[in-house]
Amino acid sequence: MEKTVPASKRLMKSSKSRMNGEFTGRLLVTLCALIMIAATVSITIFLGTKGLQAFIKNGVNPIEFLTSANWNPLKEKPGYGALTFIFGSFAVTLLSALVAAPLGIGGAIFMTEIAPSWGRKVLQPVIELLVGIPSVVYGFIGLTVLVPFVRHHIGGLGFGLLTGTVVLAVMILPTITTIATDAMSTLPKNLREGSYALGATRWQTIRKVLIPAALPSLLTAIVLGMARAFGEALAVQMVIGNSRDLPSSILDTAATLTTIITLNIGNTTYGSVENNTLWSMGLILLIMSFGFILLIRYLSSRRKL
Amino acid sequence: MNSKVADRIATSVFGLIAVIIVGVLISLFAYILINGVSHISLKFLTSPSSSFREGGGIRDQLFNSIYILVITMIITVPLGLGGGIYMAEYAKPGKVTDAIRSCVEVLASLPSIVIGMFGLLMFVNLTGWGYTIIGGALALTVFNLPVMVRVSEDAIRNLPRELKEASLALGITHWHTIKTVLLPSAFPSILTGAILAAGRVFGEAAALLFTAGLSTPRLNYMDWNPFSHTSPLNVFRPAETLAVHIWSVNTSGLIPDAKEISAGASAVLIIAVLVFNLSARWIGSLIHKKLTANSK
Repeated sequence: MEKTVPASKRLMKSSKSRMNGEFTGRLLVTLCALIMIAATVSITIFLGTKGLQAFIKNGVNPIEFLTSANWNPLKEKPGYGALTFIFGSFAVTLLSALVAAPLGIGGAIFMTEIAPSWGRKVLQPVIELLVGIPSVVYGFIGLTVLVPFVRHHIGGLGFGLLTGTVVLAVMILPTITTIATDAMSTLPKNLREGSYALGATRWQTIRKVLIPAALPSLLTAIVLGMARAFGEALAVQMVIGNSRDLPSSILDTAATLTTIITLNIGNTTYGSVENNTLWSMGLILLIMSFGFILLIRYLSSRRKL
Repeated sequence: MNSKVADRIATSVFGLIAVIIVGVLISLFAYILINGVSHISLKFLTSPSSSFREGGGIRDQLFNSIYILVITMIITVPLGLGGGIYMAEYAKPGKVTDAIRSCVEVLASLPSIVIGMFGLLMFVNLTGWGYTIIGGALALTVFNLPVMVRVSEDAIRNLPRELKEASLALGITHWHTIKTVLLPSAFPSILTGAILAAGRVFGEAAALLFTAGLSTPRLNYMDWNPFSHTSPLNVFRPAETLAVHIWSVNTSGLIPDAKEISAGASAVLIIAVLVFNLSARWIGSLIHKKLTANSK
């Protein structure tokens, strides 16, 4: 019979088992959180040591690696200059940000200031759907629509910086728009009302009051978009042409760090010099994404509102 | 007058931008669906792909995509949920919490190709497994975990304070409160977030290129023994997913109908992403209604 167990015992037991649950539960979730640290640290250490091997073991000159455009790992006198790819990465990133930033911020302003009711209803789901399109699909459309279009109507081979820029711009547009919309809609209402009360038009309010107030967040949006563009691999690889030479015009074929890694890491022998230099390029990507995070941290520390 | 003209010009420019954005999306979807849906047939979905002849299907790739997604979610959801609970309920402001938060931020912003390279180093070379499904799923876990942690943390943080306080006031321990009060209430938002994250994982390719590989062995769908080499359930076999397939047929270009196959496969991917997106909203609101008895 249950009644024979004294009340104190029952209570002791139940409270004890609950405290045990408390301890294991807490331990479990703490472990889950610590896995994040473990993953980040191990990615940094593994890619760091592997990326430095080309310089330490194989004696590739790091300055030559960063500043020479001579990439001929299979020749008798091999050259391991990655400048072409570094240049290509920065070029497509900056160009696509130049295209996507005005569009994204403009879309955000339209949604928050000009037509909040139908703008939110139509644009918001549209942008969320754009985020969901996989990057290979962007690459495939770039390859089948954009490349022939550029070849026939603008010039060049069709493959090249311009095509890569357009594809990346469409890809990072939703990132920029979403964050810019958040930034604009969290601005305090009295900013707008104060400006309108002084007789300013909507455009004057947007230009002189709202954009300066939201500027750090808007810049954060652009930096996040650039971080995405810098690391995007497959879509760019399909449309950029992948040449080893420095592009001389926007219609020229080019290559980026990500595309050269994508193409070559499976074809080179693991541990060879060429393979190791590809890992060094991966290390550059890693360092750049740390750089983008630091930039975003700096920008958000400047936010006043 | 001048400023009014400028205002009108600006308004129309912003309107134009909105139209451009909507136009880009509509034309993207229309292009993929119009070109792709005509290629989707039962035969396309159920026949194996061919490496050099015309008329291959996407059966194995579709299965691989779904299988890798399932395994990834089995690993990510509990880990992400745990991390989210810790961050929302137990994390005290301090160095450890800051470090975890920074790590989530770093992991979330890593390019997927870097995660693929890490996977190649860790799950392919170091473990000696070669290209495997489990390696791909673990790489995708790294990719997906920060999203899951954020989703769960936000879902728990957004709950009303009274819910937790009332439970604690009844003398129930913190962990018991989390388990029986907070998690059930946060469940709809967590589920919505998880489905959206699943959509992202389904279309991911760069991280899988070097971990799950570019090939699929001949599969026998009657073989349900997960340790057999021809079994589709074997996690230690290479597996090409749908997104990787689109990329590889377009770049290696051995099959003559690469364009048609990628159009069909792209349409399947887009439809899957749409389904994930819509079902996330629908299921989320459905469960929310059931749990809260809110008839809105």
